[in-house]
Amino acid sequence: MKLAGFLLLGAGWLIVLAAVSMLRTVASMAAFALAGVAVEALGLALAFRAHMIWREEKE
Amino acid sequence: MSEPLAAFSDPARILCFLCALMVPCAIAGLALINAGLGRSRSAAHSLVGALCVAAVAALAYFATGFAIQGYVGLPAHELAAGSKLWSWAGAGQPFFGGLRFDGAPASLAALLGMFSAALAAMIPLGAGADRWRLGASCVSTAILAAVIFPLFAHWSWGGGWLAQLGANAGLGAGFIDAGGAGAIQVVGGLGALAIAWVLGPRRGKYSMEGLPAAIPGHNAAFVLFGCFLAWFGWMGLNCAGALLYSGADASRVALIAVNATLGAAAAGLAAAGITRARFTRTDASLCANAWVAGLVASSAGCALFNPAEAVMVGLVAGALAVFSVEWLELRLTVDDPSGAISVHALGGLWGLMAVGLFAPAGSSGQWLAQLVGVATLLGFVLPLAYGLNRLLDRFYRQRVAPEGERQGLDLYELGAGAYPDFMTHSDDTWQR
Repeated sequence: MKLAGFLLLGAGWLIVLAAVSMLRTVASMAAFALAGVAVEALGLALAFRAHMIWREEKE
Repeated sequence: MSEPLAAFSDPARILCFLCALMVPCAIAGLALINAGLGRSRSAAHSLVGALCVAAVAALAYFATGFAIQGYVGLPAHELAAGSKLWSWAGAGQPFFGGLRFDGAPASLAALLGMFSAALAAMIPLGAGADRWRLGASCVSTAILAAVIFPLFAHWSWGGGWLAQLGANAGLGAGFIDAGGAGAIQVVGGLGALAIAWVLGPRRGKYSMEGLPAAIPGHNAAFVLFGCFLAWFGWMGLNCAGALLYSGADASRVALIAVNATLGAAAAGLAAAGITRARFTRTDASLCANAWVAGLVASSAGCALFNPAEAVMVGLVAGALAVFSVEWLELRLTVDDPSGAISVHALGGLWGLMAVGLFAPAGSSGQWLAQLVGVATLLGFVLPLAYGLNRLLDRFYRQRVAPEGERQGLDLYELGAGAYPDFMTHSDDTWQR
């Protein structure tokens, strides 16, 4: 689950990278970059959740 | 990014050198804060760890760090994408090869970079307090200072692709991080989160029901004196960074010092007010955390903010520090004894976005350049730091044995305590 979180973090970053390197207008870049950051937020939430489950299982 | 080399007069070089010499005070301040917020039975270990980690960071940066970081105008590896060239890593020689120490800005950047790597390495040390083996913290620091920190520092400070966002993608002046809120603080703060995840919480921190036990810091005087040292060091860090990396004029150093002071002051007072309103008493450790968070947040735009904006940035940073320390401990069950993740990662991320928020009118897209930098820190630096530390843990266990936690790291790893003549504190009792 934590691996999935980190994969989402990386995927979100790649969306942002693609936006700034391939798009031309600030508006379209902003839309894709915000989408990428939203994917990263999901990944971060998943990574934190995975840590909580791992800790509970250890207890 | 503006070209800082051309306008670097001799007085500016001397000023930059003197400001850079103040940075070890910030390192000492963070070391004291980490030691004070940890347990008394690990106090000597914490300070020896700080010294060792600073030494390893300096050597690792010397070996490969500056070669990867580079500086504006020095050779760099470039990649073509979208008909533009993007610089992704410095192409210097290891061991400062080819670098002339003749007062050139590149040599000053090497000096400041070495101190910055050591400062970034102090941050995870606080998150791993009371359970991180000395040897493992040194190896982890070597990874941070030799690879992770220099790579992001190149992107933001060394003329890399984040700094090129202005010229290549039309996003304001490109990613701005004059004082290292991203390159030092967020990189260190996300390293702290990775370490807290890899190590897990201290024994006895969470009950079977998941409720956290309070393990207060053992020396509030260390913590608060550390804040004063950090304040002094931060003014030097921000001034030197702004001169070297954002092309700020030497005449702005007074404004930069004022902004650092106002950011810290507003954050500290915000925390004092919030903790008094919520708990009826002012919380010393949270005020100290907020003070440093104010310094961190004011770093990115230290030469751009006006004093009123620095106060706003500090107020938000202080409030964020108070609530996020509690949130991480209670809700997300991340055991971070020094509050490093809240102070450095969250405070730094806020400071970076504040540059976009308070950007001068007409610099369209500045907020987007800052957002791209933030996305890079979360989407690249955090997975890299976690992955490398998890890999290290496979081959060289990072967490001390249970017996070491029971005895305290001073006795277990150093053979002697920090306070041999005094009774141990009540928080040092074995809880389970």
